[in-house]
Order: sequence, then C-alpha cells, then structure tokens
Amino acid sequence: MPKSSAPRLSVRKTFKLYIGGAFPRSESGRTYLVDGDNVALASRKDARDAVVAARKAQPKWAGATAYNRGQVVYRIAEMVESRRAEFKALGTAGDEVNAAVDRLVWYAGWSDKIAQVAGNANPVAGPFFNLSSPEPTGVVGVIAPPTLLGLVSVVAPAVVTGNTVVVVTGGPQVAVTLAEVLATSDVPGGVVNILTGHAAEIAPWLASHDDVNGLDLTGVDDPTLAVELEQAAAGTLKRVRRAGRTDFTNDPGLAPMTAFLETKTVWHPKGF
Amino acid sequence: MFEYAPAPESRSVVQIAPSYGLFIDGLFEEAKSTFKTVNPADEEVLAEVALAGPEDVDRAVAAARRAFETWSALPGSERAKYLFRIARIIQERSRELAVLESLDNGKPIKESRDVDLPLVAAHFFYYAGWADKLAYAGFGSDPKPLGVAGQVIPWNFPLLMLAWKIAPALAAGNTVVLKPAETTPLSALFFADVCRQAGLPPGVVNIVTGAGDTGRYLVEHPDVDKVAFTGSTEVGRQIARSVAGTGKRLTLELGGKAANIVFDDAPIDQAVEGIVNGIFFNQGHVCCAGSRLLVQESIAEELLDSLKRRMATLRVGDPLDKNTDVGAINSAAQLARITELSEIGSSEGAERWSPECSLPDRGFWFAPTIFTGVTQAHRIAREEIFGPVLSVLTFRTPDEAIEKANNTPYGLSAGIWSEKGSRILAVADKLRAGVVWANTFNKFDPTSPFGGYKESGYGREGGRHGLEAYLA
Repeated sequence: MPKSSAPRLSVRKTFKLYIGGAFPRSESGRTYLVDGDNVALASRKDARDAVVAARKAQPKWAGATAYNRGQVVYRIAEMVESRRAEFKALGTAGDEVNAAVDRLVWYAGWSDKIAQVAGNANPVAGPFFNLSSPEPTGVVGVIAPPTLLGLVSVVAPAVVTGNTVVVVTGGPQVAVTLAEVLATSDVPGGVVNILTGHAAEIAPWLASHDDVNGLDLTGVDDPTLAVELEQAAAGTLKRVRRAGRTDFTNDPGLAPMTAFLETKTVWHPKGF
Repeated sequence: MFEYAPAPESRSVVQIAPSYGLFIDGLFEEAKSTFKTVNPADEEVLAEVALAGPEDVDRAVAAARRAFETWSALPGSERAKYLFRIARIIQERSRELAVLESLDNGKPIKESRDVDLPLVAAHFFYYAGWADKLAYAGFGSDPKPLGVAGQVIPWNFPLLMLAWKIAPALAAGNTVVLKPAETTPLSALFFADVCRQAGLPPGVVNIVTGAGDTGRYLVEHPDVDKVAFTGSTEVGRQIARSVAGTGKRLTLELGGKAANIVFDDAPIDQAVEGIVNGIFFNQGHVCCAGSRLLVQESIAEELLDSLKRRMATLRVGDPLDKNTDVGAINSAAQLARITELSEIGSSEGAERWSPECSLPDRGFWFAPTIFTGVTQAHRIAREEIFGPVLSVLTFRTPDEAIEKANNTPYGLSAGIWSEKGSRILAVADKLRAGVVWANTFNKFDPTSPFGGYKESGYGREGGRHGLEAYLA
C-alpha cells in the first residue's frame, strides 16, 4: 500500500444495542444524535426481544456455580480496567473508572457469600431440616443512570446473584462501551442486554411485561414517570427498587442485591 | 367408617358479647355503624361488629402515630417483655381463643387448638426475643422502626395472621392499625383484650373492623408508613398500585396454586397423608395449599386408590367436635366460588369424585373433592379455588414435573415426595416457590420464613427475614 501524506481518517464506531450477546441495530431502524454520534434508538420491539434473550439466558446463568459467576464478574472488572482510556475519552473521570472497577471487584466477591449472609438455618420446633436460601428473582428491567459507575452499580448486583437484566439507559456511549466490555468478559449472551434510548418510551413496556420479574428505577429522574412505572409494575407484582439519586461512591450495602433475591425455604423431616 | 359419638368441645369457655366497637387508643369505642359476623357452621349470628369508616381509620392511625413516639423510644428489652406477656396470656387463654376461632371461622377445633393457637403464642415468643437484638439481625447496626404499620389480614387463619403481622411489627418498634377480615373479626377483638391485659400502652395496637373499604382507607392513609397485606392476588395488585409513588414500604402475601409432586419412589402412605393434609387442612382455605397434585404416571392408579380410601375416612361436620377433620366453609361467598369452579372443572371435562359424606343442613359445607384427568389448560389447574378441591395431573419425567409445577403465575409453595435425596434437592432447587416441603406439607414455624415468588407476593413473614419488613 503506498504511503499517503494525507492525515489518516479515523474509523468511527457505530453505537448499537446489545441483545443476546449480539450488537443489533434497533429493529425500528431509528437512531438519535448524542454528542455527534448516531446512536441506535431502541423501540418497544427491541425491549421485547431483549426480554426474550434475558429469559433464555437466565436458568443457565442462575444455575452456574456462584464461584463461576464471581469469576465472570471479576473478569468484567479486568476488562473495564483495560478500556480505561476509552471511558476517559467519553468523559468518564479516572476516579470514576477506578470506582467502577472496584465496585465490580466488590460484587464479584459477593457471588459465593450472599447466600451465607442472606440465608439461614431455621431452628424449627420439630424434627425437621429447615433452610432458607436466596435465589435470583429472574429477569430484571433496569432503568440505569447514565454514568459508568451508576451503570455498574445497578447491573452488577442484579447479575452477580443470578438474575439477567434488560438495561435501559440514556447514557448511550458509555453503556455501549460497557456492552463491549461485557461481550469480551465471558458474560454469557443474554445475561446483560442494553437498550439505548428514552426511558419514557421503553421503560413502560418493561414495567408491564409479564415475563419481567423485577424493576430497578434507580435511573429514573422524572418522578411522574417513576410513579407510572411503579403502578404498571403492580400489574404483575414485580419487585420494584424505587427511584432515587444516590451518591454511587457510598457503600451500597446489601440492598441492591437483596432487592432482586427471593428467599426459598426448604423443609425435610429428620428420622432414622 | 366407624360411628363416633359426638365429642363437642364446650362453648362455655368463651363469652362473646352481643356487640363490639373499634379498639382505638387502648379503648373499645361505641360502634356507630355495624355488621354481623356469623358462625359458618350454622349461620347463627355471633355478634355485631363496628364497621369502620374513613374518620375511624383516621383516629386509629393518629393514635398509632402518637403511640409510636414512646413505643419506639422504649428500650428493646422493655418491648420484649410486653410481647412475652402477650405470648403468655395467649397460652393461658388458648382454649377460649381456639373455640372462638372455630366458631367464627368454621375450622375444626382440632386445628384451632393444636395448630393455630400454639403457633400464635410461639410467634409472639419468637419475635419478643428479637426486640432487644435487632442490631444483630443483619439489617444494619442501628436499625430503626418504620412508624405506623397498616395491616390487613384474611379470614383463613385470623389470629395466626394477626400474630404474623403484629409480633414482628411491635418487636421492631412500630405501632399498628390492623384490620381483620370481614367474616372473622372476633379473635382480633379478643386480642385487643389480651393487649389490655398485658398492659400494652394505648395506641400501640389498634383494631379496626370492617370490609374491603375499611382496608382501602387504611392502606391508602397518608400517615401510614408501612403496608402489610395477606389476601388475594387481585387485591394485592390494587394495593401495590395504590401504594406506588408514596414511598410506603409494602409486603404482600397473596394467592397460590401449589404443586404437590409425588415421584414413583415415594412412600405411598406418607404421601397420601401429605396430600390430604396439603389440600384438606383448614378446608383448603390455605394460600399454600397443595391444590395441584402432580403424580408420576406409573404410580397414579395405586396412589389415587389409596387417596380415595383415605378421603372416605375424613369426618366432615361440626367444627367444635374434636373428631372433625374438615369443618365449615368460611362464608356463603366462598362456598359459591368453590361450587362455581368445581362445576367449571366438570364442564371442562375433568372427572369429579367425592367420598360419601352427609353434610349438615345449615351452614356452608363442601365435601372433600378431587378431580382427575385435569390438564394444565383447565381453570381448576390454574385458578386458586381456596377450598377442599384437589386437581390431579400426571407426569412422566422429573423435567416434566418441574415444568408443570412452575407453569403458574403463582409461586408460594410446593411439595416433593421421593425417597431419593439427590432428586429432592435438585427438584427443590428448580421449583419457583418460596416454601418447599419435601416429604412433608403445610408445616409452619415462627423461625421459618414464609412468602412467595412471582405473583404470590413479596417479602417474608417469620424468621429473621420477617423483621426486614418492619425495619429501615
């Protein structure tokens, strides 16, 4: 190839959705302009496709050993670390990347400890074995904050325990870059699905979807929308984590995990 | 069946007043508007009870709010002693309360005496002990009560559901306004008297009787911080909708359509006992009832023969008779629902069978019933009947059993019968239900968390987990 003296033209990235481990455009064919990039604008149909992908992936992900899920989440931390420059180029401060990586490492470690902290042996008054253990709720719709640390702080706790998620975010470039991280982190396709677009348009479909078990409203800024989503979620009695801007640098505690955990109690008689 | 001579428990241990007012701020008020509560076994009116309106609920919530200041500020060890006192008084008055419960609810005295009341007392004992140990419960080092809890309970286990609601709420430092079910208000009113006997400060427990509207005023009251409801999934949805956006904390314990799975290696006699207990305990008025029997095809015939023989020995009749196994259906409305769904079962092609049994002329009664040849599409396999009606389905492989068991929007409980430990544990892992009974059924204990997956609600009652609903 002959050398050109002209300045090299850069290759731009197409910001697409992340569904079932693939990067499709929106089936609606729509894009919207965010900071000069044409970003896929997710539709209702994309949301439904993402729920199908999440449901399909859920049993196997929940059935993986806790050790394995922890390793996968730790791998996400490694991959975010290695893409530090990319996140910084999108305007994420170095401190925030650090915090996001550390948060992922923190959650990775929870995978095989949460059952010991949230579960119980119960001393029932009779000759029975009785054990309560946490299990994932299932498919969770996550209306995520637009920042890297915000995204990680809502996605990691839901998935480390065995849920699969459909994420709606208005911070598309960061989210799509995180999707690229996930796609190279041994996270099985469908465990995390990311829809870029407008929460007001997509979230109501997730809130009322019969095959979505939980809804995280952390990233919903509009209080009216939050109430509408909570009301829609009542139709199928979804577990709802309510909206609320928090300082994501604080210790998150157990609540982000326990919000999407069920407690199963198993009884069995004892006897010779 | 052997002829047994009547063995009625004496009614004289309980004195029911002709009318009851609301219990607000430590006092029974004069009732302004009333409704009647009847004995479902003979339709006799037991008492007139106050019908609480919005102003009444206002006053009850205000009383609870005032009491919260001092109650929540008490050392946990002092709150504990009040709860221990309540537990003791319930033990001391347990025969009286058991008879009362059987009169107002229709359940056999054998169950109210041996199951409901012992569990009620045990529940208060259990949570009493938590009141001064909350910092060790795993919900933070300095957990705080939420405030005023509005609690609405069903008619199937009136006093037990009251205990499940009130004991953890009070232990955690909350005050409560509780609405008992329209058809079974009496034991909650007697509990009010237990609170008085225990010297519980006024306003810590308030009882407002009434119907659905009273419950709605309570859960929608702006000064209620926490709503706890046990009842139907439909009402649960309405409550979740009405609470949306208010910031109130909510726990819901709703309906169920539990699968009771019997594998071919199960001990048949024990399984039959478990099936009978699973669906005919408390006339099947049990949200976690094993109402769908999934039996492995190879043993279906043998098991059903055995089940029918066992059902033929069930004694249906006077709830106060100590030999009665199956009592009265709680209300005319519930009887109508059970009758309607059973007729739908027949018209959709399932085969209906009941043992010979003579039912009393007065009151609300329904013979123990099973349907065979039921498919997953049948309404009697999908909808909660909440009565002594069992739908029998078959399966061939464990995968098919799991698939069928989980094929419901509900997820409250499930049963597994098998002698193979590894199979029990693997199946238990895959069932989407909050309580799994293996080689047993319908066991309850205050230390054991209870509650559902999916549309059976959220939150847990009982155990350490049960505290979470009442702490911030």
